[in-house]
Order: sequence, then C-alpha cells, then structure tokens
Amino acid sequence: MGLRDIAIVGTAQRPSEINSTFTSVELLLPIIQEVLTKVGIERQDIGFWCHGSCDYMSGQPFSFVAAVDAIGAWPPIIESHVEADGAFALYEAWVKLQTGEVDVALVFSNGKTTSGPINRILNLQTDPYMVAPLWPGFDVLSALQARACLEAGVVTQRQMAEVAWRSQRDGKNNPFTLSGTEMSVDELLSQPFTVDPLRAHDCAIPVDGANAIILAAGDAARRLAKRPAWIRGIDHRIDTQRLGARSMIESSSATIAAQKAGVGKDRIDVAELHAPYTHQELLLRQAMGLSESTHINPSGGALVANPAMAAGLARFAEAAESVFSGSADRVLAHCTSGPLLQQNLVCVMEGE
Amino acid sequence: MSEADGLMRLRLPIAVTYNWSAGPNATSHLAGLMEGKLIGKRCPSCSSVYFPARNGVCPKCARILAEDVTVGPKGTITTFCIVNVPFLGQKIKLPYVAAQILLDGADISMQHLIQECEAEDVRIGMRVEPVWKDRSEWGPSMENIEHFRPTGEPDQVMGSESGAS
Ligand SMILES: [Zn+2]
Repeated sequence: MGLRDIAIVGTAQRPSEINSTFTSVELLLPIIQEVLTKVGIERQDIGFWCHGSCDYMSGQPFSFVAAVDAIGAWPPIIESHVEADGAFALYEAWVKLQTGEVDVALVFSNGKTTSGPINRILNLQTDPYMVAPLWPGFDVLSALQARACLEAGVVTQRQMAEVAWRSQRDGKNNPFTLSGTEMSVDELLSQPFTVDPLRAHDCAIPVDGANAIILAAGDAARRLAKRPAWIRGIDHRIDTQRLGARSMIESSSATIAAQKAGVGKDRIDVAELHAPYTHQELLLRQAMGLSESTHINPSGGALVANPAMAAGLARFAEAAESVFSGSADRVLAHCTSGPLLQQNLVCVMEGE
Repeated sequence: MSEADGLMRLRLPIAVTYNWSAGPNATSHLAGLMEGKLIGKRCPSCSSVYFPARNGVCPKCARILAEDVTVGPKGTITTFCIVNVPFLGQKIKLPYVAAQILLDGADISMQHLIQECEAEDVRIGMRVEPVWKDRSEWGPSMENIEHFRPTGEPDQVMGSESGAS
C-alpha cells in the first residue's frame, strides 16, 4: 500500500508573551478555536487530536490531561499526547492519518517557558545518571558545543552574529515573536559573553506560546485549503544521549533525517529551522546540505521566540503559511529536541 | 557521599522553583474562598455550573466560563468512601469519610471530608454544610473549610437533580 497524500491546511499561533498569567488551557483554547474557524470546520470534524507539551515545564504531573479541557471531550474524541514538542505530535498525527482511520487531525502545543527556569528544567532531558545530576543546563552544554565548533573552524563568531542579526531583523516583521534589538553585526560582536563563547543574542529568547495546526488527507485537504502544504517527506532521527560519544561539530541525525525526508531532491525555497542557538543553525544548514538560495527562517526563527515544546510546531506553521501564500513552493520544517541537537525531525512540504 | 561498605553513593536532589498562575478565569473561585464565598462558573453554551471552575473552561464545550455563580454553601452527598487504612502523614482519626458533595446550584460534585457524625451514618443523599476554619487561617484554598457536617435536613432524592457530573 502506498502512502496517503497528507497536507497542512491551516495554522494558528499565539503572539509570544513573557510571564503569562493565563493557564496552559487558556493559552490553547482561543488558538484551537482560531484554527478551526480559519479552516472552516467544527470540533466534531476532527478525527484525531494530538498534543505536545512537557509536564516538567508546569511542574505538575499529568498537567497535559487538563489540556483536553481546551479541545472539549464531549461527545468522546480520539486524542493523544507526546511529552515533547508539538512537531512530534504532528508526526504522530501524520502516522494516524496514514492508517486511513481518519481524514482530518488537529495538532496543538503549548509552552509556558517563562514560568520556571527553563535552562534547568530542560536539563532533565539529559542522561539521568551521568549528566543531569551535574545540572549543566542547556546554555552551558551549548556553549561547550559552540566552543568545539569554533575551534574546529566549522563556524565563526561572525557567522553566529550574522545569524542573530538576520533572525532579529526578520523577527520584527513577525507578529508572533518579540522584537529584537537594532544592533549591527559588529555591535553584536562587541557584546559581552553570557556563557563564553555565547553572547545573549546567540541564545533563543524563552517565551510563553501556543499554536495549532490542522492536517488533512487527500480530497479533504483539497477541500479545506486553496493551496495545501503537502507533506512529501518526514523523518525523525536520534543521536546517542551520551554527549561524549558523539561529535560536537556535526549533527548526523539531522543529516540522515534530511536525506530520508528528501531535502536534496530539489531546491528548498524556505527552511524553518528550530535552532535555539546561533551555531546550531549553522550546524543544521551544513548537516542538511542547504544552499545559499534557501531562505532560512523568514519568521525570525526560534532565536527570537522560543516557546519550549511549541517552537518546533511553530516552524511547521511558518513553513506551511509560506506555501499557503504562494511565496514558496518547496519548504522545509525542522524540530530539534534534547541537548545539542540530539533529536531531529525534518519535513519537506510542497504546494501544487 | 559515603563509602562505608565499599560503595560510593551520591545524593543529588532535584529541585525547581516555578511561578504558578491560576489564570484569570479561575481566579474568582480562589478570591471567593479568601472571603468565605463559594464561587463557581456557568458555561455560556451548556449552562452547567462548575465548582471549582478548573482552568476556567467547560471541558464538554471547550468554552471559557465567563459568568460567576455563587453556589452552596449546603450540598448533598452523591457518593462516599469510609477510610479505614492508616497511611503516613495521616492527620484525621480513623475511620473517617471522604465524600463527593454536590453543592446546591452546582452541576459537578467536589470531594471533602464528612465529620461530626458516625461514619456508618453517612449515606448517599445526606444533606451537609461546611464548617469553616477560623478566618485568621484562610487563604486561597478549599482547606479554608475544615470539613462538612450533616444539616439534619431530609435526604435529597438522588437523580432528581440535573447534574453534569
Ligand atoms: Zn458547556
């Protein structure tokens, strides 16, 4: 049996905020209603719901169960949750659609990133025996990675500052992000280190956010969107959790995922890369073989708005919107998870 | 670290501090408790009254619960459990009763303790009322209510209310 044609047909994102006083359910509810309204369907038309979030971020076990309140569970629904970024929930929904059991799925994710010390919380994703007890935090681990990349000549400080400068410039046009500074590349390079060799602009801005995406198969997708963003390839690969056992200056899981998703088969107009640190964007571009002609992160990317557990799904939303609008024909959406680009999910979408 | 038996042990506690927000839609419930009021919320779609208005939304309709509704203070026991098992940290003398109580005007029950009567006398349909702690001990918590006790009113015939529970 061949694969079904599946497309993103609608997206909705919540503008980023810091120290939101809304609960996660209150963050999600309006966004879910918005994406349903945009696509012109009702809750009852959704065959499968899939949610991405992280209980450690709210400090409440099973907090994700409450999120079902935001979608309404009566009459009974079929739903699932991943303890991960919503992009991985999208992957699960894609698999569910492939089974042929349902034709329309709604994927959503939320992250109240600023309600706790996210750098420490994400530390709990590291190996619980040898790394997590040291509480290195992602900023410190990423600084070690950046140092390795700089010393190997894989990236330069100027390239990293250029990534930050471009992200902040593009983020200003994106209503969902927080606007960055107005500094030039040279000014950015004169800023002090926060975690040597990383400066403040090298690290993503943690924000609270939520988003939702509707996927549909075949004729349903053609009916629901003028120009659906058809998923032509999607793949998820994982490097070992043992930090000392993998190369810090490349991302082999990103390379394989990009190959399997078919990135290199044709030109990519727009790539939305989930890179929480500037040097990681450079690593990902190299790992996936993206050329200079690809427009990287026109949204500003996760650097200017990083709602943890929602920033990856935001990349899918941004990439799909560029297909909807006709500004791009073939796009790439990417999500990473774990320390130092441990996991990489790559998706290629096309307009017709 | 100790090496008494030749094994090296490390104790590495995990602690993370959070800022928790009740959210605008559930705040009236907590603010009400500070004043000794039981405030629930009505769904604009199905009219169900939730107490407490968990997350401030109707889980059936996925709608924000905008309208505050004062419920109780009296209520009716819809089901209960007699606790006979001792456990670490227990504060109440055994046996005691944990009951689901449907407050007057609410459509879902909530759990609380039943005291001031023998456990064997507790029954479904029994009318109860809250006994509040001293005002000086109040905070934004259901623990402001020490327990519920029987009112002595005739039992409510269960099934006659149109509860969402
Ligand atoms: Zn309702």
